Amino acid sequence: MAKIYSKKALASKNLKPKKEVVSFLLNYSQALTVVKTKGKSFDIIAN
Amino acid sequence: MADLHIPDALLVKNYVEGNENALATLIKRHESKIYGFIYSKIADRDISNDIFQDTFIKVIKTLKSNSYNEEGKFLPWVMRISHNLIVDHFRKNKKMPMYRETEEFSIFSVMSDDSLTIENKMIFDQVEVDLKKIIEELPEDQKEVLVMRMYQDMSFKEISELTGVSINTALGRMRYALMNLRKIIDKHQIILTN
Repeated sequence: MAKIYSKKALASKNLKPKKEVVSFLLNYSQALTVVKTKGKSFDIIAN
Repeated sequence: MADLHIPDALLVKNYVEGNENALATLIKRHESKIYGFIYSKIADRDISNDIFQDTFIKVIKTLKSNSYNEEGKFLPWVMRISHNLIVDHFRKNKKMPMYRETEEFSIFSVMSDDSLTIENKMIFDQVEVDLKKIIEELPEDQKEVLVMRMYQDMSFKEISELTGVSINTALGRMRYALMNLRKIIDKHQIILTN
């Protein structure tokens, strides 16, 4: 088994989250409505 | 491009008022810093993606419920949320089952210390330094692919997209990079051991 000597350089630049994650967040944001009534908060997610 | 000149506070205000595009702009503007920050602590791309996602879910919920007040700046606030989630992640993973020592069972059978000794650590660091010097000797295109793959943990698909070559070319460059590394190591009789 080949030995891996390199260790990951942390905090490297140009790192970005997956496109799927960003797209999920934007869709989630569009679907979410937060309703506040009598001091209580309800999350409503539209399909 | 015009989006770049809109301050975060205004984008947040627009988003709270229902402009979904404002969120896309905010994410695009800060994704690299926030994800880089998370990855610098976690060093695992999948978990970092999860924490990035959870961070923005909190951001979205807070903004949509009008609980956000612009006391500080948007980015430090998001960073603080992600920092808290990172702490939660480590705390969750630290929880371990409790073992009690009995006659048949010794606690030392499940305990081990995998950390390197001081000597091994020094050797490891030296190997790291030597390897970086050898990598510097590689042709630029091969070095670029190798660094992205091994040090930045990128997939060949991502490398090909970023460098503008096909996946096969990226794979080929990686292969030649490794072959050349071996050649340099053999030629100079460098010993990389730990």
